[in-house]
Amino acid sequence: MDHFARLGLPAALDIETAALDRAYFALQRQWHPDRFVAKPPEERARASVEAAALNDAYRTLKDPLSRAVYFAGIKGVELPGDGKTIDDPELLMEAMEAREELHEAASVDAVEALATKARDEARKAMAGLDGLFLANDKPAIRTALLRLRYLDKFAEEARARRMNIERSKA
Amino acid sequence: MTLLEIHEPGETPLPHAGEGSLAVGIDLGTTNSVVAIAREGKPAALHDESGKALVPSVVAYPAVGGILVGEEARLLGACEPKNVVASIKRLMGRGADDVHAVAGVLPYEIEPGSGQTDMVKLRIGGKARSPVEISAEILKALRERAEEALEKPVERAVITVPAYFDDAARTATRDAARVAGLEVLRLVNEPTAAALAYGLDKGAEGLYAVYDLGGGTFDFSLLRLEKGVFQVLATGGDTALGGDDFDRAIAERLLAERKGDGLDDRIDETAVKAALALARHMKEQLSDREQTSGRLEIAGKPSFHALTRAEFDAMITSAIGRTIDIAGHVLADAGMTATEIHGVVLVGGSTRVPLVRTKVAEMVGKPPLTDIDPDEVVALGAALQAEALTGGGDTLLLDVTPLSLGLETMGGIVEKIVPRNTPIPVQLAQDFTTYQDGQSAMAIHVVQGEREMVADCRSLARFELLGIPPMTAGAARIRVTFAVDADGLLTVSAEERTTGVAQRVEVKPSYGLSHEDMADMLYDSMDNAEADMALRLLTEARVEARRSLLALDAALTKDGTLLSTEERAAIDAVRASLEAAIEGESRDEINAAAEALETLSKPFAERRMDRGIREALSGLSVGELENRVGE
Repeated sequence: MDHFARLGLPAALDIETAALDRAYFALQRQWHPDRFVAKPPEERARASVEAAALNDAYRTLKDPLSRAVYFAGIKGVELPGDGKTIDDPELLMEAMEAREELHEAASVDAVEALATKARDEARKAMAGLDGLFLANDKPAIRTALLRLRYLDKFAEEARARRMNIERSKA
Repeated sequence: MTLLEIHEPGETPLPHAGEGSLAVGIDLGTTNSVVAIAREGKPAALHDESGKALVPSVVAYPAVGGILVGEEARLLGACEPKNVVASIKRLMGRGADDVHAVAGVLPYEIEPGSGQTDMVKLRIGGKARSPVEISAEILKALRERAEEALEKPVERAVITVPAYFDDAARTATRDAARVAGLEVLRLVNEPTAAALAYGLDKGAEGLYAVYDLGGGTFDFSLLRLEKGVFQVLATGGDTALGGDDFDRAIAERLLAERKGDGLDDRIDETAVKAALALARHMKEQLSDREQTSGRLEIAGKPSFHALTRAEFDAMITSAIGRTIDIAGHVLADAGMTATEIHGVVLVGGSTRVPLVRTKVAEMVGKPPLTDIDPDEVVALGAALQAEALTGGGDTLLLDVTPLSLGLETMGGIVEKIVPRNTPIPVQLAQDFTTYQDGQSAMAIHVVQGEREMVADCRSLARFELLGIPPMTAGAARIRVTFAVDADGLLTVSAEERTTGVAQRVEVKPSYGLSHEDMADMLYDSMDNAEADMALRLLTEARVEARRSLLALDAALTKDGTLLSTEERAAIDAVRASLEAAIEGESRDEINAAAEALETLSKPFAERRMDRGIREALSGLSVGELENRVGE
């Protein structure tokens, strides 16, 4: 059973967060181990497996990027494992230049400006995904997702950088 | 006259089992503990004869007489310090390796366990006792208090633990309960329990934060409350931070004032203790006054001191600022902003400090929730959960992992399998492969923490997957599965997927991570994220380069004859420069040398491939060849 089916939702790039939460809470009410405290061990074990699968599904579908990656997987677009080296030379160049800029950014404002730019880029790429899936353009989907994944990572690094600057001033 | 019942042989029920026994909630604290019960959704802390709910978490093993717990034990501390233990929670689940971390902090003789796998023991009252045994005494006392107050047997409990308690500490807490004759229905994180108390009592809905500032630790958690569902979104903390720091700041000022008056020749331990005691008193006074004063006497020389609220506030501003920063990071983890918070629940005695309340109110733009006693709120929440678990309620707690769980991979890099703030229970798997040709075993090293390198994380367990059949490097598929149950306890298993060779291990770490360590590790990771990333990339480049050297050497041994002397010499020269680069600190140099080697050895690889194909085809009939092509 895929994650969408597990939560009783149609497989789609866009899902309504409220509907996801509702489905998740309702199913956890049914399967959470807390509901099985007084039950026999077999039933407890079953509940634990169900609840774990629900959590995995919820966690994957809750975040728009991980949901997009998962949805792409269903559509036959495989991505290299998270954290692996970027294999697209253009993206690699973009990433290296951005990292350099981030490293040189000496003020919180400068870091914030870079982070805002990355966020805008991510928003644009995310908005463009729908069309790519409609056209079933697998190579373009793959490129876009790798780029989104990099932008997400960049936001995390910007946060760390910002903290370091704040710390060194404190 | 009531007739006595006689049961069928072998079916005698356990005494007190069944309906008559009650389930309570227990806040097993570092400084104080509280036991509470909930009935029909109304929780109440259980008091002693003098009306006190707080039981000091102190155990005494007096020279004469039985074991004492609580206020009596604390009083005995003055005359028999060697027979009295306090703050045992700090040692729960900690092992020999942690001993030096706490030595000097706690005034006990610590005996490392007999082996690496044992928890530390303390020499108290002339006998070695484990933190589990000592905590069990506190739990027994709480159980007795509950049975007296309720006039019914109590055999089941929900016990709260800090969100940052690791696997070992959680296991130790469960063990202590078992020793005390209590079945643990569930371990619940303290902030979650506090939110539960507010949510159910006040019918709260929306995004809530729990700001928990104790004596030595700070926790901040974000929860979403919705129609009886309590969903923890993110949690974080720091424990170099707490009310003890406030005491220290005041004490330093007191001693400095005495020094200014030339009263003390030197400051010894007794002087510091006396100054701290007065400091604590002044701090408490300033919770509802604008100024306070006190008298300090050291070595027969008295001194008089005054302190205003404004002066005190100035001393602690930066510490409180840090808690607000941490709250900001937890919010960022959850992708939320402070304005979205509907209410902040205050937990812990240190939240009585007015500046704490002011700063928290500033952060969220509304006054914090203080109408439930911050010392009791955690136990009340635990009691509500105990009632819910025994069939009396419809609440659902959805909690998360506080720290990331992962595996050591080549070069000492951590591969995170379960990221922090993942909802539990959860089961996540990842595939790994072998590094060398013919590798028959794989070392599985389970670690906990946020840093990129194993050396900076906490080691939880090690085991080996044996009996991997000989395969070329990278051909084996080893699936490692991490399962975290609803109590936050971890089980790790590994399986070679092509042959089904399996090993399973319950991660019952012999020693664990202290609350402090966890928070330190988490904040360390943020401080070091940049440097970590650089080191990770460098290490990855090294691992990759070593891998290609291994492959090249294997090829040279097998097919070296395919190369001319000059070609071989050229390859050896570039090989040497790659080895040198690996020893260096530059990732770019390693990558450049690796690329040069790859380019140079490309013709060699092609010739090997040709030979391989020729060998594979030689001696085969046409029919066999067709079969092969068809495969």
